[in-house]
Amino acid sequence: MSKEKKPRQPMPPLKQWLHVVALGWLIPGGGHLFLGRRGRGALLALSVVVMFVCGLMMRGALFQPQTGDLLTTIIYCGGFLGNLASGILYLLSVWLGYAQPDVAGHVHDYGTKFLVAAGLLNVLAMVDAFEIAVGRKD
Amino acid sequence: MPKMNLSHFEASFLFALFTSIVLGIVTKKTDRERMIYGAQCFGYFLLALFGLGWLMKLGHG
Repeated sequence: MSKEKKPRQPMPPLKQWLHVVALGWLIPGGGHLFLGRRGRGALLALSVVVMFVCGLMMRGALFQPQTGDLLTTIIYCGGFLGNLASGILYLLSVWLGYAQPDVAGHVHDYGTKFLVAAGLLNVLAMVDAFEIAVGRKD
Repeated sequence: MPKMNLSHFEASFLFALFTSIVLGIVTKKTDRERMIYGAQCFGYFLLALFGLGWLMKLGHG
């Protein structure tokens, strides 16, 4: 038996969600806080910020976009986008000189993954804020 | 900034904890569902952590 295909929802107008998503990018959990979801916003902010700070304290590296072979491009450009998704945390780290080169060692390696994962979690938070802003979710 | 030295287990535990919190919040629609899903994710992360740990230990010989 085949499932009925859901009709594709039209894209909501930009002014309805863009500021919420932009705030959610800049300040992790900010989109939720702006929409009055304080508990969820605080938990999201806590998770992303603590993960990012742990990554910095483990001396993880922040990626710089690099091109070359396919794998290098995916890892470095993808890693850079992941870092950038942390918003103000990434910008402050770079401006204040906390960006550090890649160093061998399992703790540094975990740190690098924590920094990227914090950005990816913030992307999930931004998508959630978008859905709340356009009324698809409570 | 102080340096943080974590073992594999501690780092994976923290990763599992924060990821589960976010997954729980963004995936489900009610607070109860969020708590249950977050706890489930965390449990699966730990299960995979211990499972892979033992697999590597046994595979290493």
